[in-house]
Amino acid sequence: MSQRGELPTWVDIGLIPLINLAIALFISGLVVVIIGENPFRALWIMLEGALGSVKGWSYMFYYATNFIFTGLCVAVAFHAGLFNIGGDGQAYVAGLGAATPGLLLGGALAAVLPAGISQPITILIALLGSIVMGAAYGWVPGYLQAKRGSHIVITTIMFNFIASSLMVYLINNVFRPVGKMAVESRSIDDAYILNFRELGRLVGVKLPSSPLNPVVLLAFLAAFLVWYLLWRTKLGYEIRAVGANTDAAIYAGIKPQRIIMIAMAISGGLAGLVAFNEIIGVQHRLLLDFVGGAGFVGIAVALMGRSHPLGIVFAALLFGLLYQGGTELSFAIQTISRDMIVVIQGLVILFMGALEDAFRPWLSALFFKVED
Amino acid sequence: MDLSIFFEILSSTIRMSVPLILACLAGLWSERSGIVDIGLEGKILTGAFAAASASFYFQSAWAGLFFAVIISVCMALVHGYASITQRGNQVVSGVAINMLALGLTSVIGNSWFKQGGRTPALGDTTRFMPINFPGRESLFNLPVVGAISKIFLDHSVLTYLAFAMVPLSAWALAKTRFGLRLRAVGENPHAVDTAGISVAKLRYQAVIIAGILCGVAGAYLSTSLSASFVRDMSAGRGYMALTALIFANWRAWPALYACLLFGFLQAIANFLQGVKLFGFEIPVQFFNALPYVMTVILLAGFIGKSIPPRASGVPYTKDR
Repeated sequence: MSQRGELPTWVDIGLIPLINLAIALFISGLVVVIIGENPFRALWIMLEGALGSVKGWSYMFYYATNFIFTGLCVAVAFHAGLFNIGGDGQAYVAGLGAATPGLLLGGALAAVLPAGISQPITILIALLGSIVMGAAYGWVPGYLQAKRGSHIVITTIMFNFIASSLMVYLINNVFRPVGKMAVESRSIDDAYILNFRELGRLVGVKLPSSPLNPVVLLAFLAAFLVWYLLWRTKLGYEIRAVGANTDAAIYAGIKPQRIIMIAMAISGGLAGLVAFNEIIGVQHRLLLDFVGGAGFVGIAVALMGRSHPLGIVFAALLFGLLYQGGTELSFAIQTISRDMIVVIQGLVILFMGALEDAFRPWLSALFFKVED
Repeated sequence: MDLSIFFEILSSTIRMSVPLILACLAGLWSERSGIVDIGLEGKILTGAFAAASASFYFQSAWAGLFFAVIISVCMALVHGYASITQRGNQVVSGVAINMLALGLTSVIGNSWFKQGGRTPALGDTTRFMPINFPGRESLFNLPVVGAISKIFLDHSVLTYLAFAMVPLSAWALAKTRFGLRLRAVGENPHAVDTAGISVAKLRYQAVIIAGILCGVAGAYLSTSLSASFVRDMSAGRGYMALTALIFANWRAWPALYACLLFGFLQAIANFLQGVKLFGFEIPVQFFNALPYVMTVILLAGFIGKSIPPRASGVPYTKDR
């Protein structure tokens, strides 16, 4: 039997997140009531919008793809005791690594190699480019924290803004073809991942249109790899040791400065995969603000999923549901705008991240009363 | 580039600096008491929304200001409850406040006014307009003197309030008993507690002051600088104020200079759009990114050193 005052694991990782989610949804429901709509109808429309059709499911998994990447990004940093708010910026800058191979190299490769070979090679380079650029943009704040003592939260916030300015400038002045009005690059046809609808058409299966593409499988793979890294490798142990107790880690011969930089690079690399999904798998061009705040959703996802890859996959799917359902909701009920999701997101972060202990004493009293 | 543009830029610098100064001082009060405040942005945004809505509803800019402060303080109290009473993670709470603010203002604004999150345009009588000093027009019509005086005198009451808050904050923090205790609680809360003073009460007071100042900053944005609220209108000003605070090393007077500098960069960015200097067009984004780049360099200790209050971000627990 567990000791008094300490809750069993299933309460900690299962019940508390659910209670907090319920409270977040309850308060969101109050907001819906305040603006004069029926919250149960709203909830039903959301659920039906996401789960009532193949299209809804596809969109849910498409959103979840990005959220798994950013959730893992935040979680890896969490395990090293770092709060990486810079997922948005890291993903944005990774757009350079995702787009450039297809734009510069793809054509040359396609000229000398058959399309069946040049495409996968270019896509692979784009994948590496996304990871490397994201990792580099995460490593710098890690370096500044480890070697120069700047606080990671502040630096990553700054880096988000710097990334935004940098990308607006580059897309507008470097990537935009002369004479094109829309601020975006030319389309990247030489590194093009077909989405499931297009793939289905090749084999004669008709699927509803959605941006869902095979990169979603990469997201699940990434979740597995992060789990393996954190709990099955020496490096993962060192990351968790630094996060849990830096002094003890030093005593055990671990160099926290090195671990901080590595953890931030891994974190940034994971965020970079959002760029790979969006640019190579969905948009097929480099465009403004393609990250769309996924980095911040990642904070909610990581908190909800208790920084465990499996939890993150479920939490990302939940947020995918909220995003897809929320979009349908804003179509169905005009007075509820799509920003309702941002409210829910904020509440989840508030209750899971900052008020997570608020109900613990109460819950623990209840729990042990029942058990006695 | 002629001289009138130069005067325009200076005048614009003051206008751009006002919300930064108010938010930066808000951050100063909060962080000096040991409560890290990432949520400045969110409080400005709710303040701006409340000001525009209340000002439209009651047809009075002062009513707008009143509600801006009330609502912003409510947000501040949520942050205070999470970080003081519940000893939660202050950064996470701040991020949550920012998201809540963005979502709520947009959802509620959209449902109330049905203009895609925008509030109805306010007329001159329901905004904070430049103060009508006696003899103002004749002064502004003078050559040179008119142009120079216009830089400083063509502003609303909120602008002067913001600038007045700088010496007031500096004095209150440095010279009053309350200020001394507040700074002590941000450096060494145990000592303050030992002296029999409530750490939580002091921190709540600091958080409320931050809420008030952010509310005024929000009201300035939606009822003085512009004439309505639009979605996400704070546009990162809260974060820039936070940046200025770090740049100023958590001190009131340097905070003013940092905000003026950042405001100047914003003003330049607005005016120099497409203008060639020495045959070379400086990208607007360069000016937008400069405050952050400078602060990153400063934080990294390459120019001087920025040292936060020692207990900032650390929840206070009494030793048993």
